[in-house]
Amino acid sequence: MIQLVDVCKSFENKEALKHINLGINEGETLAIIGGSGSGKSTLLRLLIGLIRPTSGEILVRGRDMARMDEAQLDELRLHMGMVFQYSALFDSMSVGDNVAFGLREHTNKSEAEIARIVREKLALVGLEGVEQMMPNELSGGMKKRVGLARAIAIEPSIIFYDEPSSGLDPIMTERIDELIVSTRQRLGVTSVVVTHDMASACRIADRIAMIYEGELIAVDTTENFKQLRDERVQAFFHTLRTVK
Amino acid sequence: MSFNLDLVVSSFPLLLVGAGVTIKITAMSVALGVLIGLFVGIARISTFKPIRFLAAVYVDFIRGTPLLVQIFLVYFALPALTGQRIDPYVAAIGACSVNSGAYVAEIFRAGIQSINAGQMEAARSLGMTWTQAMRYIIVPQAFKRVIPPLGNEFIALLKDSSLVSVIGFEELTRRGQLIIAKTYSSLEIWLSVALIYLVMTLTISRFVAYLEKRFKTDDRH
Repeated sequence: MIQLVDVCKSFENKEALKHINLGINEGETLAIIGGSGSGKSTLLRLLIGLIRPTSGEILVRGRDMARMDEAQLDELRLHMGMVFQYSALFDSMSVGDNVAFGLREHTNKSEAEIARIVREKLALVGLEGVEQMMPNELSGGMKKRVGLARAIAIEPSIIFYDEPSSGLDPIMTERIDELIVSTRQRLGVTSVVVTHDMASACRIADRIAMIYEGELIAVDTTENFKQLRDERVQAFFHTLRTVK
Repeated sequence: MSFNLDLVVSSFPLLLVGAGVTIKITAMSVALGVLIGLFVGIARISTFKPIRFLAAVYVDFIRGTPLLVQIFLVYFALPALTGQRIDPYVAAIGACSVNSGAYVAEIFRAGIQSINAGQMEAARSLGMTWTQAMRYIIVPQAFKRVIPPLGNEFIALLKDSSLVSVIGFEELTRRGQLIIAKTYSSLEIWLSVALIYLVMTLTISRFVAYLEKRFKTDDRH
């Protein structure tokens, strides 16, 4: 579905990503793990076209995002949903308006139809009767769920999650993980999850890719990934075992 | 030394006429200043370097020179350049709004940059163009945040508008000067002028406080 070919990204003189080659298959959940500042969030922003690569190709169903103009990228983004690290709900709008936003902007649906979809998507993430609430009235976990409801409202074929468990307690982290899994099962979407939470990655992903200092050092199925001998990979699992 | 209360009472209607002119200049300059400031503020963070450069030149020039000099430039220097005399009213509002625009631009720039970058990214990820994201998401949020500094700017402008008296404009301060020239009673008149300015600035600050409260309340419901 998405193919990254020799992708590099630099900010001024700093190389954030170095020669990334990675394929993302239709319908799978791929977790991208790595420490802080490793370049995983940069990779996610490249995938959604918020920034452009310094070199290389990002092929989405055969079309190179790096060569698209802004209008083409805007069109492509309609098939993508993104759940942000800090939810990034629009503070001046109610929960209902946040979820309805993409529908109002990009479809000709009636307000009644939009209200029905908003209710349905909020129910899907376990929230009901919150349409009139403002984002500042929600807990961190609720905000994440509203962010997910907003992302799935326009029925994208791929959803990107940026650190979905950051700032949440372990119980809420598990709930969000379950939601990511159930969203994929119900909607059949492709999911790309950027996280530094190894336990979370193991729970939700079919495959795991690890970025280390801007380089992609390992990609494999979750089971095989655990067996990798690379010490940088093992260091991540070590933190998991320590926590357990 | 005695305080002539009768003079205060008899001068008050004339001073209020001047206050009306002050309000008119300030209101017009504020309206134009906000418009200029919004566009220049956005230009200050543009990704297009020449636009950013021009906006910076404008802001630096206005903030780096006194309003009095700017009034002289518009009223005396510009006609020397164009050969066309400028109406004092147009010159006063022109100079004040161009001056205010530079300060408002910096207020808007700071307000826009204070909005979390995730808001722009979220809007873009929902298929909005940069302009749509600015119009529907970023600027409305920034506007709420800039209400207090905008209020300060308007109060400063109201007081600075007294400078247009140098081109013969009969606003509040100039009216006071004219009355003193006739009566030689500076204590009563300047106290009256100060009192009228105080009432006007307090009214603006209360109105700004009301707006702040209202938008905060809107956030919750």
